[in-house]
Amino acid sequence: MRFNGSNSYIATDDLKLAVNAAVTLARPLLIKGEPGTGKTKLAEEVASALGMPLLEWHIKSTTKAQQGLYEYDAVSRLRDSQLGDPKVQDISNYIVRGTLWQAFTADKPVVLLIDEIDKADIEFPNDLLRELDRMEFYVYETKELVRAKHRPLVFITSNNEKELPDAFLRRCFFHYIRFPDKETMEKIVAVHFPDIKKTLLREALESFFEVREVPGLKKKPSTSELLDWLKLLLAEDISPDTLRSTDRRAIIPPMHGALLKNEQDVHLFERLVFMARQPR
Amino acid sequence: MLTGFFLKLKEHKIPVSIKEYLTLIEGMQKHVISPSIDDFYLFSRLALVKDEANFDKFDLAFGEYFKGIENLLGHNFDVPLEWLRRQAELNLSEEERAQIEALGGWDKLMEALKKKLEEQKGRHQGGNRMIGTAGTSPFGAYGYNPEGVRIGQKESRNRKAVKVWDAREYRNLDGATELGIRNIKVALRRLRRFARVGSPDELDLDGTIDRTARNAGWLDLQMRPERHNAAKVLLFLDIGGSMDDHVRMAEELFSAAKSEFKHLEYFYFHNCLYDWVWKDNRRRHTERIRTWDILHKYGHDYKLVFVGDATMSPYEILQPGGSIEYSNDEAGAVWIRRMLDVYRRAVWLNPEPEDMWQYRQSITIMRELMGGRMFPTTIEGLEKAMRTLTK
Repeated sequence: MRFNGSNSYIATDDLKLAVNAAVTLARPLLIKGEPGTGKTKLAEEVASALGMPLLEWHIKSTTKAQQGLYEYDAVSRLRDSQLGDPKVQDISNYIVRGTLWQAFTADKPVVLLIDEIDKADIEFPNDLLRELDRMEFYVYETKELVRAKHRPLVFITSNNEKELPDAFLRRCFFHYIRFPDKETMEKIVAVHFPDIKKTLLREALESFFEVREVPGLKKKPSTSELLDWLKLLLAEDISPDTLRSTDRRAIIPPMHGALLKNEQDVHLFERLVFMARQPR
Repeated sequence: MLTGFFLKLKEHKIPVSIKEYLTLIEGMQKHVISPSIDDFYLFSRLALVKDEANFDKFDLAFGEYFKGIENLLGHNFDVPLEWLRRQAELNLSEEERAQIEALGGWDKLMEALKKKLEEQKGRHQGGNRMIGTAGTSPFGAYGYNPEGVRIGQKESRNRKAVKVWDAREYRNLDGATELGIRNIKVALRRLRRFARVGSPDELDLDGTIDRTARNAGWLDLQMRPERHNAAKVLLFLDIGGSMDDHVRMAEELFSAAKSEFKHLEYFYFHNCLYDWVWKDNRRRHTERIRTWDILHKYGHDYKLVFVGDATMSPYEILQPGGSIEYSNDEAGAVWIRRMLDVYRRAVWLNPEPEDMWQYRQSITIMRELMGGRMFPTTIEGLEKAMRTLTK
């Protein structure tokens, strides 16, 4: 089993190495990087490239580790008991399986994505240590031990909003997705828009990296924003000439709303472009 | 060999543990990577470094360590040969290994290689880049083993790899460098204190079950308020004068803080805190707020953050009438102490570089007043400050 990128996802060499090392050594792979560089997408692509089903667990600030294992639906049981339902005798009727349980008991190895782990409470990763290490957990209500039939391939993404505990980090591999350079970016775009005109792409990339260079932007546009923007450019059939902003009569790139998502950034950008247009 | 590398990382204050080191070795054993130093660099970083803030330190340590090896090559062959041997051993099939044994074993092979290298050195005056000069060595042509002794290729990869870590592309992720708006937000998030206050609009399941059980099995619904970030912050920003150099930093810090806290009150002051502060810098002389009012209005559970360079004449802090804005009756130091008496959790963020502090008398005074709680506005400094605030 080796991951070599896919038709719709360009993986750099270091990313491939990271994924393959995680596969071989059965370690969870922790992915960080600028927003919009394809952290979540990676798990999907690895799953489809290796032909494994993908189970996703999206973390919110209220998510508890227990919810990934199982939940005891006490309210249903309470209601059933008040209605005299015979189901109420068997507690396992009210155990709702979580994503980890599903991943552990799947018939073939799966890819498990734990998305945005940093959103949860600080204790969250610590509560999953044993589960991710030994790939087993205990259900107290029914006194059964759930053990993984196959070790799932675990991907964890983080946006760095909280520091993850050391004990957790020690068990993971860590990869930081860097913002792609121009070359990689061209490949990425080629994968998404195979018919795009060479000149348009070149001009678009040039203005994209220029926008990224603007000092003081609150949110720099990322890969996913570039792809959205290109989609718009193609849909509107913008000619490459309009994008050329190097001359004195520079104009704001069309549809810049797709690249800049912050009102202040748009203002800043417009001001800068306006200043550049002033005859010196 | 690798133990030395491991210790080198420790020396560079990269938090690596034995468990991670064992993982690295396990990976080497399982042939996760091809025997190139380039791949080794990537894999060791993957297995050992768990924070991009440490990537730069790792690059430095890696470069230093393997440069050390290069230098050693000139004087002493043992170390690099050990390295080669390890690499080669990992890549030999059983047959090949048997073949080598038949030729007299590893030691002999290495002995021969050593000789070759020495000869080569004599001819080319190759300096300390022995393996590089050995690139044309006929030794590779012997074909004993396809990977281990193909030195020429290894070196070329090596060189490419050295560039990777020598480029130090992760430098700006290092914790000691300047702030960006996102970094600030991330650091401020450490202040989060979730608490349940406000109107009860969420079902408290545990409470409901508990109360229902006490209620002889009849449902007794319990509600509770939702969790919110309850951190309360008073932010005092120094503006004007010497702070002009840091206006962008202050702006970023301010906009990050504003979106991060529900209970954030901000005020401006000039150089040091006195009787008055203001909220709108353009109307600083007309719409002023008495510092006493702030002390009375905001409870002591607010956390106090000063942002300023504390660069002024010491008189502005220590003497009544020292303010450059107007004649103040009480010295700035009195006001600072007064604030600290009410707000126990307080820090001072100083955008001036930390190594400059000791040369400015006013910074030293202010730092003493703050009980040492002055931090630079770097990611690291901000994190330390936030940790101090939550203690």
